[in-house]
Amino acid sequence: MNRRLLLLLPLAGFLALSLFLYQGLSLNPFHRESALMARDFPAFDLATLEDPERRVDRSLLTTGELTLVNVWGEWCPECKREMPQLLDLSQRHDIRMVGISWKDTREKGLGFLEEFGDPFEINIFDPDNELGFELGVFGAPESFLVDADGVIRYHHVGYIAPGDVRDKILPEVERWR
Amino acid sequence: MALMRSLITTLALLLVAGLAQAAAIEVREFDDPVLEQRYRSLTASLRCPTCENQAINDSDAPVSGDMRDRVYLLLQDGRSDIEIRDHMVQRFGDYVLYNPRLEGRTFLLWGLPAALVVLGGLLVMLIVRSRRNASAQALSAEERARLQALINRERTE
Repeated sequence: MNRRLLLLLPLAGFLALSLFLYQGLSLNPFHRESALMARDFPAFDLATLEDPERRVDRSLLTTGELTLVNVWGEWCPECKREMPQLLDLSQRHDIRMVGISWKDTREKGLGFLEEFGDPFEINIFDPDNELGFELGVFGAPESFLVDADGVIRYHHVGYIAPGDVRDKILPEVERWR
Repeated sequence: MALMRSLITTLALLLVAGLAQAAAIEVREFDDPVLEQRYRSLTASLRCPTCENQAINDSDAPVSGDMRDRVYLLLQDGRSDIEIRDHMVQRFGDYVLYNPRLEGRTFLLWGLPAALVVLGGLLVMLIVRSRRNASAQALSAEERARLQALINRERTE
């Protein structure tokens, strides 16, 4: 073997490292595995948005039905853009939806549902980020697909675009239903 | 004059913005200096989930504020640093740790630098050794005799 070829070794190493780091540039840092995947939906005890007297807990999500839990707020513009997709999922695809009115006031939350439609069976009122923190929510909107036994199966961070309904949400729903 | 006025307005706005920023991160009082120190190091070693590269002690994102509150509460509750870090990782994922934990998934991350240093050291050793041998062997019998003569002359002078 030609020993001179060995001199190319550092260059080859450098190129390999560059290639590895280069592909990192195109990764989206917000696409990361959720810490809650395959874990039980956390325990909570909160009032509903609709009725301050009515309290709900984790049993809301162990009814034997697959549920899409959506974290939203009136202050969040992307939540408004997401509403048509959520209405479509609930009405056309018959998916049970539970909302979490997150870091918001009751008045604004109810106004939001009136204006943009209400795909939710019920809304959990979480003004102080109690449940949101347990779910590791760091921005609205976020959605969690919870299976019939209350286990989190899919976590969608951010806006559900019209294309996401077909490409991401519905396949996951089929998989876990 | 108009320029001067707009300059002053801009400066004033910047100052206000700076104050608002400073006000966003609260100052906490601790009775125990050890707790305070632990609070500081914990909030400096946890990474804000929304703001790509900022520790939660340096970020005014709402989620960072909530995380600082939780760190404070857990410290008051007597939890250990490890428990508090685990508490955050369980909710927000490994992403929030500036120092990833040593486990199966991260052995390459922690092991590679050390392995490369060892490999480099071995390589340098091999090269030095082979050069030493090569230079000793490179002398012919005649040259070796001359070298010996030179050394002897040096000594006798």
